[in-house]
Amino acid sequence: MTFWVSQSLNALALGGLLFMLASGFSLIFGLMRVANLAHGALFMLGAYLGLAAVKAGFGFWAAAATAAVAVGLLGGIIERTLLRRLAGRTLPQVLLTLGLAFIIADACLMTWGGDPMRLPPPPELSGAVRIGDAVFPRYRLFVIGASAAVALGLWLLVERTRAGAMIRAAVDDVGMARAIGVSASTLFTAVFCLGTALAGLGGVIGGPILSVYPSLDQDMLPLALLVVILGGAGSLVGAFVGAYAIGFIYTFGQVLVPDLAYVILFLPMIAVLSVAPQGLFGRRLG
Amino acid sequence: MSARVLPFAVALAAMAMVPLFSTSPFYVNLTSQVAIAAIGALGLNVLVGHAGLNSLGFAVFPGLTAYLVAWLSTVGGIDPVAAALFALGGTMMVSALFALVALRTTGLGFVMITMALCQIVWGAAYRWTSVTGGDNGLSGVPRPGGAWLPLEKPEYFLWLCLIVLALALIQLGRFFDSPLGVALRGTRDQPRRMGAVGYDVWRIRFVAWMLAAAWGAAAGLLYAWYHQFVSPHMMAVTASAEVLLMVVAGGAGTLAGPLIGAALVVLLKNLASIWIDRWVMLLGFTFVVIVLLMPDGIVPGFSRLTAWLKRLRPTPAPKLVPRERADG
Amino acid sequence: MAEPALRIDGLTKQFGGLPAVADVSLDIMPGERHLLLGPNGAGKTTLFNLICGDLTPTGGSIRLFGSELVGLPPRKRTGHGLARTYQILTLFPHETLCRNVMLALNGLRRDKWRAWAPFGADAALRSEALAILDRVKLADLADRPVSQTAYGDRRRLEIAMALALDPRVLLLDEPLAGLSRDERVMVQELLANLPEEMTVVLIEHDMDVALAFAERITLLHHGRVVTTGSRADIAADPRTREVYLGA
Repeated sequence: MTFWVSQSLNALALGGLLFMLASGFSLIFGLMRVANLAHGALFMLGAYLGLAAVKAGFGFWAAAATAAVAVGLLGGIIERTLLRRLAGRTLPQVLLTLGLAFIIADACLMTWGGDPMRLPPPPELSGAVRIGDAVFPRYRLFVIGASAAVALGLWLLVERTRAGAMIRAAVDDVGMARAIGVSASTLFTAVFCLGTALAGLGGVIGGPILSVYPSLDQDMLPLALLVVILGGAGSLVGAFVGAYAIGFIYTFGQVLVPDLAYVILFLPMIAVLSVAPQGLFGRRLG
Repeated sequence: MSARVLPFAVALAAMAMVPLFSTSPFYVNLTSQVAIAAIGALGLNVLVGHAGLNSLGFAVFPGLTAYLVAWLSTVGGIDPVAAALFALGGTMMVSALFALVALRTTGLGFVMITMALCQIVWGAAYRWTSVTGGDNGLSGVPRPGGAWLPLEKPEYFLWLCLIVLALALIQLGRFFDSPLGVALRGTRDQPRRMGAVGYDVWRIRFVAWMLAAAWGAAAGLLYAWYHQFVSPHMMAVTASAEVLLMVVAGGAGTLAGPLIGAALVVLLKNLASIWIDRWVMLLGFTFVVIVLLMPDGIVPGFSRLTAWLKRLRPTPAPKLVPRERADG
Repeated sequence: MAEPALRIDGLTKQFGGLPAVADVSLDIMPGERHLLLGPNGAGKTTLFNLICGDLTPTGGSIRLFGSELVGLPPRKRTGHGLARTYQILTLFPHETLCRNVMLALNGLRRDKWRAWAPFGADAALRSEALAILDRVKLADLADRPVSQTAYGDRRRLEIAMALALDPRVLLLDEPLAGLSRDERVMVQELLANLPEEMTVVLIEHDMDVALAFAERITLLHHGRVVTTGSRADIAADPRTREVYLGA
């Protein structure tokens, strides 16, 4: 029983981190029809920047905010200066974001070296709490709560605000959104900044759990892709459901069949694709 | 026809003669690497250039074959040739299953699913240590042959690679000109029309997928024999990306493009390893530069130049439809 | 009475609760020239897409010479003798006109799976394609890539692609859209010369051409059939005026 409770909490924490990563990816995908393959690298960059800020004497919270803003700004620059030139051309966009992913990942390796590093959680969240018989790190509970708060915030932003209404309109039909006065250019940059900032924030928040190491991007990006394939591109609800589904399957897979934890990820993918090629909550892109 | 074949024959002959001019095995081995990479790139070009399906997980095909042949001929203790046949057959079977998943979508969905599929197999190779050797991989993979065919000698192995490359060029050259090859490009440009005039679009794409898998598997077999060692790195994202770079840099949809792209990438990678230690970053910058400066690749750029010189016609004909479509 | 070439019964298609085609029933007899009339958004092209299988209906049935089409993929419907043209040109831009038609001709044949012999060397296929191009007066442009032809030529190629299937029922979606006056005359002649036994369903906004061509007319509005009848019936019906001029 203790095992199931503590592993379930681990799964919730991983699912929350995956949501932070995948929701930004999915929003960008839905709005701009761009698969930002640099998303995993930006997550890792966020983690390294957060670590560097903590080492430079920043508090954890200030470090997290700095890293998120820095990564978001970088995302905005990438969108404005590079991606924009390739609007509507799938293969060049894929190659560009992949190339950027390699550059960012290698730059991190160059700057911070190849050894895994631990990002210490903030002192007020260190230690553990008892839940029944299980002892559970306080920080993981915070991650679960924080990611749920991010999910709620995003949902309110998209469903309840004017900016969100513009995003929804543009996801449905960019031409129509332009016609009713939405500035697609500003919106694209804003969403790209938001999506990449979320990835950077996810990196810092995830740092104390996952630790920070050179192939972190290659471990996280496929999981985020699976989340989006399962949930459907462009859908926040899809990213939410997909992230926690993958969080649970991967966490329990690693504990129960450690050799084949990756292979088990096949199963939900096959199951969903055979029923709904566009994902559970996705729309067919036409 | 012969005018088209000639440049390829000259290129292959020149590669075959490298051992006659170089006493050091370094250049012979480098030529073998180019040939093996070119076979893989030709396979991926079927998907990217002719089917319009941008795979980011191509390394899964050579990876599966290499691992299968390595495991069968070391741990399994089977004769290298028999192991090779089982490995090729096994790869084709797994590839057919993967097709059922990947071909559910096109466009960006296909990009993401192929990448995820390859990562899952990479993860299995990396984590399933008891079978795959994990990060250490499997070593001591024996090459076939014997006294009558000394494939352990670099020059003989190069010639084997070149024979396979020649077969790939002949088979794919014929395929791209055949009714099925034309139909495949039809499914790339107008899948809806193809269905409406009676073609089974899914099955045509399936054939293309299996063809790409077959040449990818052939490249993987030669790769395992060449290095006599396999590791998860051959299925990493960078490995798939390198093959994609060969196709795109050379020119997707052309026959010569993947060959030229393979030569460029292999040489670049070897040079880079001598002077700088940052291949991944160089790979990334190459992608960015190609996308921004030469999006159609070298071969189409070159033929556009010669066509322009011939006709002195300054503007290329307008395209009726954009090359990229979101029909997924 | 003979069996209808195309019998549509209670056909409905909803997009997210909004009906694009609602409870459409329609009989079209063999050899008939039938016009679908209605303002933009009346559901005419959606009806075509349902008939040829690009869309799946929410309900209802479509029978071609008695066999049910609903549930069949588009390529199987083609095998039953159905062909269509598209309002938005759907051609292969990198290939020549002749190879476009050859590709369409191959669609219903086993030869399409051949993967070794060169496509261009099939002389019989080529002469068949040239004969069809001749019917649409494009034979002299046969070896030019589509990307280097004029828009009017492409419109006629669009029709040739459908004729290559030797259809029993032909659906034409605005075959005159964007054509000059001379080109219109040419296409009009082409339509007049279609085999008599071929059943033709037409969507067209050029009333002079459409009314000269069609024997029977169906008026659609908001996805529903308002009325079906002969030219005179429709012209006399007050609802025609209402649909086009009124609310």
